Amino acid sequence: MGDILSNYDILGAFWVTIQLSVLSAIGALLIGTVVAILRVSPVRTLRLLGTSYVNIIRNTPLTLLMVFSILGLSFILGITLSSNLSRNAYLWAVVVLAVYHAAFVCEALRSGVNTVPAGQAEAARSIGLTFAQSMREVLLPQAFRGAIAPLGSTLIALVKNTTVAAVILGTEESAGLLAKITENEGASLPTFFLFALGFVILTLPIGVLFTHLSQRLAVKR
Amino acid sequence: MSSQIVLFDAPGPKARRRHAILTVVGILLALGLLWVVIRKMGEANQLEGYMWSPFVTDPDVWTQYLLPGLWGTLKAAALSVVFAGIFGLVFGMARLSASRWINVPAGVIVEFFRSVPVLIMMVFFYFGYFATSDLVSAQNAPLAAVVLALTLYNGSVIAELVRSGVFSLPKGQSEAGLSIGLTPGQVLRSIQLPQALTAMLPALVGQLVVVLKDSALGYVITYPELLNAAKTLGSAYANTVPAYLVAAAIFIVINYLLTRLATLVERRLGRRGVGSRPVGTEDAETEVGPGLPGGLTSRDA
Repeated sequence: MGDILSNYDILGAFWVTIQLSVLSAIGALLIGTVVAILRVSPVRTLRLLGTSYVNIIRNTPLTLLMVFSILGLSFILGITLSSNLSRNAYLWAVVVLAVYHAAFVCEALRSGVNTVPAGQAEAARSIGLTFAQSMREVLLPQAFRGAIAPLGSTLIALVKNTTVAAVILGTEESAGLLAKITENEGASLPTFFLFALGFVILTLPIGVLFTHLSQRLAVKR
Repeated sequence: MSSQIVLFDAPGPKARRRHAILTVVGILLALGLLWVVIRKMGEANQLEGYMWSPFVTDPDVWTQYLLPGLWGTLKAAALSVVFAGIFGLVFGMARLSASRWINVPAGVIVEFFRSVPVLIMMVFFYFGYFATSDLVSAQNAPLAAVVLALTLYNGSVIAELVRSGVFSLPKGQSEAGLSIGLTPGQVLRSIQLPQALTAMLPALVGQLVVVLKDSALGYVITYPELLNAAKTLGSAYANTVPAYLVAAAIFIVINYLLTRLATLVERRLGRRGVGSRPVGTEDAETEVGPGLPGGLTSRDA
């Protein structure tokens, strides 16, 4: 166990996991918000655009997107994000994770909008608020609170899904590193539990925090 | 807020003009994106006829590569779903047990497997056990690792579904059972579970989509599934990009149909008026019961 700790950069791998999680979470939140706005907009074409995005991305395996970003987009179509090979893979991993989870962020936000009773929107309109006003003052604040719990589960899924980046990052990433350690040193349950513990440490606080927030900020009805 | 109509007023002349402009902008945006994709593919000679014609003219593309790959994906997914269902039922019931000696360990196991990434389990099982020992034949080693990892993760998710399904039943159901003299175990088996299982049917179908997508992780441990088939196809015919696009299309169609099925089942159950509302489906996704940190729902992995 001690050998494994000193011979392999496990902390470094988890640092990559954290970096990927934070960067792609920001990206996913931005893209997801835009797609969610498209999906609830009054314009049919925009709604259709948003729906297609979600249906296509959500039904494609993340592994396929990861592999395609390097073997297809970078090597064959020549769309690289950096001239450095490993830097390019890293940046593509962030982009793919962000694009993939944006579909789930969009659905989380939309389900937040769905928690607001229709009466709220009708009341806002009946007292003469414009669409923008009723959105800003009445609907969105409630919708956001309703979306906290599903956003939390999306974030947890994202942290765990960063392991899929091992497909293109190899041993830089924790799943790739575990594969290499297990191949070289044989099965070692302590190593497995160490990696598992790493993810429990990363995801458990997120779960607790978001559950707490969603209960604290819940709109009492 | 189920109907879109509620969100905005019927548009007046000004709003209609704005909507028309936005429609044009949306169409231009979509066309622009399409144009960039086509131009990039054209530049890299990916639109040449010889890249795409094998999919129509050469039956080997399907019989040697894509269909065996698809079979591998479906086989892994089907086996995992069956085992995960059994695992989920057993551990879901164990978590509902009144005895602390049963429900605490079951809870720890379920929470553990839910928070460890599937890929971590998969590579560990494969490189650590199946590939290096005689537990299963060398040929079946990748399949065993894929199925075991998917079973443990999805079984834990289903266990949570079972638990929340039973919790969402009206209290009167179990009280009525107890009052006619059934034991708690009998109440669970003959009153609560049948209703909870029906209510969670849509979520179970949704979980099938997750399993199907996650089986593509078998790519990492050389399990011959659809993504791996697309890769070998791409190198055999020198058409990597078309091969991946076709594989993606197959995944999208199957998963989309499964999602539609889940919605259909849900609507049907809604009409039948099952004792409780479906759990873990789109609308219930916002609900995270206390003591369910993170509230993993079926569509999140």
